[in-house]
Amino acid sequence: MKEFLSVFLYRKVTLLATLFIALIMFFGVFAPIISPYDPFEMRSSDRLQSVSSRHILGTDNFGRDIFSRIIFGARTSLASSFGVVLFSLSIGILVGLLSGYYKKLETVLMRVIDVMMAFPPLLVALVLMSIFGRSLINVILAVGISYLTRTTRIVYGLTLKIKEETFIEAFRSCGAGNLRLIFVHILPNIISPVIVQGTFTFAFSLLDMAALDFLGVGLPPEIPSWGNMLSEGSIYLVRAPWLLVFPGLFIVSTVLSFNLMGDTLRDQMDPRFRHDIQGI
Amino acid sequence: MIPSLFIVSIIVFLFIHFIPGDPAEILLGDMATPDQVQQLRQEMGLNKPLYIQYWLWLRNAFRGNLGNSIFFHQPVLGVIFSRAETSILLASMTFLLILAIGIPVGYISATRYGSKLDQFISSASMAFASIPTFWLGLNLMIFFAVYLKLFPSSGFPSIFKDGKLSNLIYLVLPSITLSAPNSALVIRITRASMLDVMKEDYVRTARAKGLPELWINVKHVFRNSLNAVISTLGFTFATLISGTVVTETVFSLPGIGRLVVDSILRRDYPVIQGIILTIAVVYMIINLFVDILNAWLDPRIRTGAGGSA
Repeated sequence: MKEFLSVFLYRKVTLLATLFIALIMFFGVFAPIISPYDPFEMRSSDRLQSVSSRHILGTDNFGRDIFSRIIFGARTSLASSFGVVLFSLSIGILVGLLSGYYKKLETVLMRVIDVMMAFPPLLVALVLMSIFGRSLINVILAVGISYLTRTTRIVYGLTLKIKEETFIEAFRSCGAGNLRLIFVHILPNIISPVIVQGTFTFAFSLLDMAALDFLGVGLPPEIPSWGNMLSEGSIYLVRAPWLLVFPGLFIVSTVLSFNLMGDTLRDQMDPRFRHDIQGI
Repeated sequence: MIPSLFIVSIIVFLFIHFIPGDPAEILLGDMATPDQVQQLRQEMGLNKPLYIQYWLWLRNAFRGNLGNSIFFHQPVLGVIFSRAETSILLASMTFLLILAIGIPVGYISATRYGSKLDQFISSASMAFASIPTFWLGLNLMIFFAVYLKLFPSSGFPSIFKDGKLSNLIYLVLPSITLSAPNSALVIRITRASMLDVMKEDYVRTARAKGLPELWINVKHVFRNSLNAVISTLGFTFATLISGTVVTETVFSLPGIGRLVVDSILRRDYPVIQGIILTIAVVYMIINLFVDILNAWLDPRIRTGAGGSA
């Protein structure tokens, strides 16, 4: 553990990334306390104001403070990405474990997963959003389904490797049942690569959700998310470039931080599992 | 591939049935008369069991009949074909850029492992993979099209209609936008797989024999790391399809990607269904092609043998 933590301190970039993630999380949790203005409050006199001491990141078309909206956007964006990770990991782990362990289930479940992977992720999300409509939970499910297939594939591959290990054979010969072997002995051994995959899922789902918002099929427009802010800002591309620059920089920095963290965690992992992770 | 195609066709067929409401009314839109709805209900066999409905739909799909667009009042396949030129050209230009940037830069990074240049390439590729495509596109548009006026900011006049190859200039900014994150991925995979191969015994043997470094890197290391690179290029194609949706919207290009978004916003379900089927089939063909190419490159895959080279 000490060695693991020392890597974070040794790699200064990763330390910086971790601190940035902590800051964004702080923004998200304490948004109502630290935001200087109400993110929904419209002031027609303050329309499209550039960067100033009153509005440190400027204002939008309705006179709303950009910094306050970014802080509240952190809350929405982080919460929805966390939702995607939770959804894709919980179902992906279960399906991957079962299909990796039981040969009969493998034939059916992995075939379904293969077919689901034949559809480009963003297209799946777009189509699902067109059927179910714009809401936070629908965005999480629509984006989560694509990541679910990747997680399942990884867990499946890891389970196949672990179930052949001698210690599993030893537990089986001691009389351990299938469910005990799966959830008590195999699961703890695959959890660290799955968590690393989770950090990459977090990063890429943030990008996908921002793309959905930008295309007008993501979160409802009244919700301040970084993607929605960019979507609104793109209309005033030339007149008010700060509407585009600041939310974009926050997305890039957050995604980059999660990718850096995932990369460092992957390097620290058991070399046997390193190749199973699908990150950048 | 055939069983997968079969399941894909079932999913695409069921798509219309997932939407709440009568499938015939959904496919004809709000302006349809009760007679038209009744006629389509009979054509689709909506009063018959689901498997017969699927068979009727599959038979029509094989004949190239994917229904009519609610918005365009034209056959879906014709609508998709009319937008194909832009998307195929954009994807091709992007793919060439990815090959031209991703593989050489990945190669340089691997052969100079641990150097400042390698560290810079690794950091830059990770940064590019973290940029939202649409944000990069909008920034390039502001800088190169609005301020510097070097490239057109939006649209794409057809090369076939105008007969001007110079129209490709409209696709320069979109293809740069789309290639940035994908090139980053190819750089990292080329680098990682080359570094893996460099640890192999046969590379050490080649070096011990006194072969020139360039020869070892190209003939032994790069050649044997191609499988992973080609698989990634196949995967890149999927992200390219998703990317065209966003890029074509940003640059207002009349392609299939923008057609998807517009059709979703217009609730033109026959077009959405047609595009999903087309893309899934194309994607599966590409995957098959990647598998064949990998088998051709690596005799171990061809013969099903394992072990190291």
